[in-house]
Amino acid sequence: MTAAVFFGCAFVAFGPALALYIFTIATEPLRIIFLIIGAFFWLVSLLLSSFIWFMAATLTDNKDEPRQRDLLIFGVLISVLIQEMFRFAYYKLLKKSSEGLKSINPGEKAPSMRLLAYVSGLGFGIMSGVFSFVNTLSDSLGPGTVGIHGDPPQFFLNSAFMTLVIILLHMFWGIVFFDGCEKKKWYTLLVVLLTHLLVSALTFISPYSGLNLVLAYIILVLTGIWAFFVSGGSCRSLKLCLLCQDKDSLLFNQRSR
Amino acid sequence: MPEDRGGAGEWNEVPCVPFPGTFGGRVMLTFMASDSEEEVCDERTSLMSAESPMPRSCQEGRQGLENGEGAAQWVGSHQQSKASGQRGQESEEDHEEDPDRYVCSGVPGRPPGLEEELTLKYGAKHVIMLFVPVTLCMIVVVATIKSVRFYTEKNGQLIYTPFTEDTSSVGQRFLNSVLNTLIMISVIVIMTIFLVVLYKYRCYKFIHGWLIMSSLMLLFLFTYIYLGEVLKTYNVAMDYPTLFLTVWNFGAVGMVCIHWKGPLVLQQAYLIMISALMALVFIKYLPEWSAWVILGAISVYDLVAVLCPKGPLRMLVETAQERNEPIFPALIYSSAMVWTVGMAKLDPSSQGALQLPYDPEMGEYQGADSLSSSGVAFHHIQLSLAWPLREARGLEGQGSPELREPSDGLLSLSLAPCSHDTGHPEEDSCDSLGEPSYPEVFAPPLPGYPGEELEEEEERGVKLGLGDFIFYSVLVGKAAATGSGDWNTTLACFVAILIGLCLTLLLLAVFKKALPALPISITFGLIFYFSTDNLVRPFMDTLASHQLYI
Repeated sequence: MTAAVFFGCAFVAFGPALALYIFTIATEPLRIIFLIIGAFFWLVSLLLSSFIWFMAATLTDNKDEPRQRDLLIFGVLISVLIQEMFRFAYYKLLKKSSEGLKSINPGEKAPSMRLLAYVSGLGFGIMSGVFSFVNTLSDSLGPGTVGIHGDPPQFFLNSAFMTLVIILLHMFWGIVFFDGCEKKKWYTLLVVLLTHLLVSALTFISPYSGLNLVLAYIILVLTGIWAFFVSGGSCRSLKLCLLCQDKDSLLFNQRSR
Repeated sequence: MPEDRGGAGEWNEVPCVPFPGTFGGRVMLTFMASDSEEEVCDERTSLMSAESPMPRSCQEGRQGLENGEGAAQWVGSHQQSKASGQRGQESEEDHEEDPDRYVCSGVPGRPPGLEEELTLKYGAKHVIMLFVPVTLCMIVVVATIKSVRFYTEKNGQLIYTPFTEDTSSVGQRFLNSVLNTLIMISVIVIMTIFLVVLYKYRCYKFIHGWLIMSSLMLLFLFTYIYLGEVLKTYNVAMDYPTLFLTVWNFGAVGMVCIHWKGPLVLQQAYLIMISALMALVFIKYLPEWSAWVILGAISVYDLVAVLCPKGPLRMLVETAQERNEPIFPALIYSSAMVWTVGMAKLDPSSQGALQLPYDPEMGEYQGADSLSSSGVAFHHIQLSLAWPLREARGLEGQGSPELREPSDGLLSLSLAPCSHDTGHPEEDSCDSLGEPSYPEVFAPPLPGYPGEELEEEEERGVKLGLGDFIFYSVLVGKAAATGSGDWNTTLACFVAILIGLCLTLLLLAVFKKALPALPISITFGLIFYFSTDNLVRPFMDTLASHQLYI
C-alpha cells in the first residue's frame, strides 16, 4: 500500500489524541507522568487478560475454528472486565497519591481528580489504540493488495476510525468513571462497563464494519455529552465557548436586560 | 567533610579529568573500561544532583563565613535547606554544594514541608528531563534496527562472549549463554576494579587518555561504519572526500563538545548518539539468549555494586569523597539547567567584587576547576554578566573582605549548575558557555524581595549515566530486532522502562541516597518483553485477524 494510506490512517487514528497530548498534557511534567502510568496500567491489564486467554486456549487445546472463536470472544469479554478493574485500581492509586501530595505540599496545587480522570482516560486510550493499530499500520507500508480474497477493501480506513473511536471513548469513560467513583455513584461504573462491552461486542456480533462504526460513533457522541456534563460543563458554558464570548460580557448582557 | 572553602586547594588538586561518556567500545578493552566506568560513575539518580547540599555543608559554610553575611539574605539558602537530606553521598555533589555553602546559611523558619514540596515539584520536571533523552536514544536505536539490516545480521560475536549459541539442544544453548554472561560480567568487574585502583593511585592521566581513545574510536570508526550501512540501505552513493569531510567534522565537533566546551544541547545530542551507537554494537554482536541473560546480570551487578559496602562503585565514591574530588564526570548525560538570578542575587556582598575587573587571583581560585585557562575567562564572563543583575537588584555591597568568598561562592555557584554533580565544572562550564544557557542564567531579576519566587525559578539539571542509556536501548532494540516484526513488544518494553525510571526516581526522592538506575527498569523491561512476546502477541494478532477490538 502507499505512504498516503499509511499517513492518512495514522493521522485519522492518532491525530486527535496527539493534538490533545500536545495541547493539554505535554506542557506539564506531572501530567505526562500520570499519562504514562495510565498507559502502563492498561498494559498490565492487557497482560493479565492475555494470560487468562492463553491459559484457556492451552487448556482446552481444541483446534476447531468455532471453538477458537468462542475462546476469543471469552478473551475479549474478560479483557474488558479486567481493563475496567484496572481503571478502578488506577483511581484508587491516584486517590492515595493525591492525599500524599496534599500532605507533602500544602501550598502546591495538586492536579484535580477531574484532570487526572482525563489524563488517565487518555493514557488508557492511547495505549489501547496504539496496541490495536500499530501493527496494521506498519503492514500498510509494505506491499500488498487489500481485500484480494473478497474482504472489504477499506480495511485500513475502518480500522483507523475504529481505533479513533476507542481512544476517544476511553478518554470519556475515564472521566465518567472517576466522577462516578468520586461521587460514589456505583451505577456509573456499571454503565461504563456495559458500554465498553457493547462497543467490543459490536465488533464481533455484526459482520458489517460500517454498521459497527456508526453505532460506535453514536455511543461516542452520547458518552462525550455525558462526560461533558459530568465534568462541569453546561449548555451555557458551551454557548460561551462557541460564541467566543467571555463570561463578563455574557453577564453584562444579562444585567442590562 | 573537608572545607571547600579551603576549597581552592581542593579544587586545585582536582585534575578535573574530563571523562566524556565514551565507550570506545570498538577496542573491546576500552569498551569494557568505558562500560565499567559508566557503571562506576554512578550518578544515575538524577534527582540526587538536583538537590541542594546537605545540612552539614550548610553548617560548614556558616562557620566558614567571616561575618553573619546576613545569612537570611542569601536567597539561595532556601534551595540549600531544601536540599538538605536530599544529597547523596556523592562527593561531587558535595563538591558542588561546597560553593553553595556560603549561601547555605539556611533560611530560618523555613517550613520543612516546603523543602519537600520543592523536591517533589522539581521531581516531576526532572523525570521528564530524563524521559526525553532516553526516548530519543531508543527511537534512534529502534529506527536503525528496523531499517538497517546490518545490525540484525549475525556476523560473529565479541571476544567476551566466546560461546556460540548455534547449538543443537536448548540446554546447551542456555548453558552457553550463561557462560557468556559470566565471562562478560567478570570482565566488567575486573575493569571496574582496575579503574578503582587507577583512581586510588591517582593515575588520572591514564584514565583521561583511555577515555579520549575510547571516544575517538566511537566518534570516528563507529560513525563511519554506521553511516556506511545507512547509505547502503538507502542506496545512496557518497564519494570518499565527502564522507571523509562529514565524518571528520562530526567526530571533531563531538570530541570538542564532549571533552571540552560546547553548547549543552550539542553535548547532549552527541552523548545520545554515542549511546545509541554503542547500543547498536551490543545488539549486533551479542547473541540472543546471552543478551537477555547479560541484561539481567548487569542489573544485579549494578544493584550489588552500588548498594553493597564493599562494592567497587561504592568504594570509588567513598574514595572520591575522602579526597573531596569529583568522580569521573564524563560518561554522564547532563541536562543541567543553569542557575537563575536567585543564585546570583545571593551575595549582595559580592557586588563590590563585581566591580573589579577580572581578578586573576579569583580566576585562578576558581580556575582550578578547569583545566584550561579558558575556564578562567569563563568565570570572568560570568562575573561580568552577573554584575548588572546585582546592580539592578540594588543590593548593597558589603566590605571587600567578604568579596572574595561570596564571589567565589558566586563563581562556584554559577559554575555549579554546569558542573552540576558531574563534579567537573570545566566540562560542564562549556555547556553554559553556549548561547542558550546564558540568557537563562542571567534572567532579569524580579524586583523586591529576593525571595522564594526566584529561588523557585532555580532549576537543577539531572544526570543519568550513559550506561543506563545504553542498556535501556539494548533492551528495546533487542525487542525490536527479535520481536518478529512486532511493534507491540517494543512499545511495551519502552513503557516498562519509562515506568521503571519513574519508580527509580521516586525511590531516590524517598531514600535520598545514590541508587542504581538499571535494576528496576531492566526488570520491568525483561518481564514485559517475555510476557508480551509470548502471551500478548498471539492474543493481539488473533484479535486483529478477526477484527475484534477490546
